[in-house]
Amino acid sequence: MAAEIERPVMLYSVGKDSAVMLHLARKAFYPAPPPFPLLHVDTTWKFRAMYELRNRMAAESGMDLLVFKNPEAEARGINPFDHGATLHTDLWKTEGLKMALDQYGFNAAFGGARRDEEKSRAKERVFSFRTADHRWDPKAQRPELWSLYNTRVNRGESIRIFPISNWTELDVWQYIMREGIPIVPLYFAAERPVVERDGILIMVDDDRMPLRPGETPEMAKVRFRTLGCYPLTGAVRSEASTLAEVVQEMLLTTTSERQGRAIDHDQAASMEKKKQEGYF
Amino acid sequence: MARDTGYRPAELAAEDIDAFLADHESKGLLRFITCGSVDDGKSTLIGRLLYDSRMVFDDQMAALEADSKKVGTQGGALDFALLVDGLAAEREQGITIDVAYRFFSTAKRKFIVADTPGHEQYTRNMVTGASTADLAIVLIDARKGVLTQTRRHSYLVSLLGIRHVVLAVNKMDLVDWSRDVFDKIVVDYRAFAAELGIEDVLCIPISGLMGDNITAASTNTPWYDGTSLIDHLETVEVDDERLARRPFRMPVQWVNRPDLNFRGFAGQIASGVVKPGDPVRILPSGRTSRVARIVTLDGDLDDAQAGQSVTLTLTDEVDISRGDVIAAADQPCEVADQFETTIVWMGEDELLAGRSYWLKIGARTVSAQITEIKHRVDVNSLQESAAKTVGLNEIAVCNLSLTQPVAFEPTGSTGVWGASY
Repeated sequence: MAAEIERPVMLYSVGKDSAVMLHLARKAFYPAPPPFPLLHVDTTWKFRAMYELRNRMAAESGMDLLVFKNPEAEARGINPFDHGATLHTDLWKTEGLKMALDQYGFNAAFGGARRDEEKSRAKERVFSFRTADHRWDPKAQRPELWSLYNTRVNRGESIRIFPISNWTELDVWQYIMREGIPIVPLYFAAERPVVERDGILIMVDDDRMPLRPGETPEMAKVRFRTLGCYPLTGAVRSEASTLAEVVQEMLLTTTSERQGRAIDHDQAASMEKKKQEGYF
Repeated sequence: MARDTGYRPAELAAEDIDAFLADHESKGLLRFITCGSVDDGKSTLIGRLLYDSRMVFDDQMAALEADSKKVGTQGGALDFALLVDGLAAEREQGITIDVAYRFFSTAKRKFIVADTPGHEQYTRNMVTGASTADLAIVLIDARKGVLTQTRRHSYLVSLLGIRHVVLAVNKMDLVDWSRDVFDKIVVDYRAFAAELGIEDVLCIPISGLMGDNITAASTNTPWYDGTSLIDHLETVEVDDERLARRPFRMPVQWVNRPDLNFRGFAGQIASGVVKPGDPVRILPSGRTSRVARIVTLDGDLDDAQAGQSVTLTLTDEVDISRGDVIAAADQPCEVADQFETTIVWMGEDELLAGRSYWLKIGARTVSAQITEIKHRVDVNSLQESAAKTVGLNEIAVCNLSLTQPVAFEPTGSTGVWGASY
């Protein structure tokens, strides 16, 4: 794909799946650095620890890091507290990604999504074709045989590529362990300031978070199973402070990985809908 | 129904996580597909496999229970098909449109299962799912026997070089677990499979809905003394094991030249084993050299085998570009620019003789012309008929002429590049 596509980019969200994907790319092209830049579609509301790791990994890999913030969302000061999770995600992430790809003229973007995450993801090709307005049409997916990928697109059209489609959450953790890949420390349990809001434990990562009457941040030993914008990402109480303990906790838990994400709590087909609209 | 449901983690994970991880990492991977006609219960069977291997989490279970009541086809009882059919249109129509990939593991193996659609109009989606599989489960409704669609799916399975077939005679509960019904279907199917050259066929009487003969022998079929479905999936030979025993081939995906002092050739080993010092032949040019190093980020390797992605350096300055194949010098693959080949046509526009197309084989893309459409093959009856064009989802035997020679292997000997489309 790097050989056949004119302007590829790797979407880098700083989560564990991104970490694995970046590591794979570095291994694949070693001793050269990967021949494409990293793109972070920023919402300005990620955890501070994520920004730190992002900058460190970009420097270490020798790759260019492009950070894109949707100027419209920035001008309007869109945030999850005043505008809600849906509008926040839609403007910063969905619209932001489309704008970034258009602005830089990327016609292929690597992403770290996996088929075991969600039912409509399970149906998606490794090379997922998008129309000129970034729409995914699940009824007209291209055939995809063996490991032969059709990389041909017309002007304006693009491809999202999911190299770790067939990995499971356990595969990802095992690989991180085996390869010693750096990940954001938030995946490990530590004492952190949290408030419980609408049944979700939110970490107070900076002073932009308006506290409701009666809310006082308390220190609790927590960690995160997935990472996103801090106001939208639920923490879980945990004692798991090493990789082995995190994996053990994951195996012994009885709920799925995406359960902590506010964005997935709509009806079953919500992800499919978001993807048709251009969500990653 | 007694509710012993939901996700159950392996006991070892609780007792000794390091031992569990070491064990899990050493497990092999089997990829298989399920195919069959509409309503044969494919999605139900996969849902059952996920459920029985405890891969359904509590929140997913709760969603399944709610969905089963709302849109389920089992009168409010758990409808396992809803675990798998993820697209809105599929849930509405109760059918499978596109391939879904699902993951589960047992004590012995990890599995990726592709649930492929049965309708003829979605043949290209089925072929997508089948192309990467080691094994196919062909489902038959015990009440209906071998149908036209069963034949079509089996033909496609054989065409794609899948070596192992399980004939799962489903819904045995609806024919009173009749041995006669089962035996008759088995005789019919074996005769047809022999015609296609499918050698390894195992026939199992099952009920996907009730779980009979899925993970353990069923008391409803005392006359069946074969293995359960899971037992077979855990022990059948996977393609990776077979490919490692074949001669070395690696299509070059990328020429790695970070500076003037390094020139490496990156790719995934399609078959065989390679070591530094091995003599190799570059195809199609035919030049020879030796492997100098197997380079990786973690240091050089002493050897590498089928399935691994590596960067090789050679002892000589040989002209190699993307799409060339590095092969064992004493057992190189063949090179040609004229082929007779079977084509499954997946384009919306008809395939026409005389027109130029792109052909991708391994990492090479070349211009190719269909010089002659010899005959079309009816996917249902296998009858041959004369044809001037080939439409969407049709299959034809054609002659191809390429603008430059390419290295190839006939389908069936290596999965990766018998491919042309």
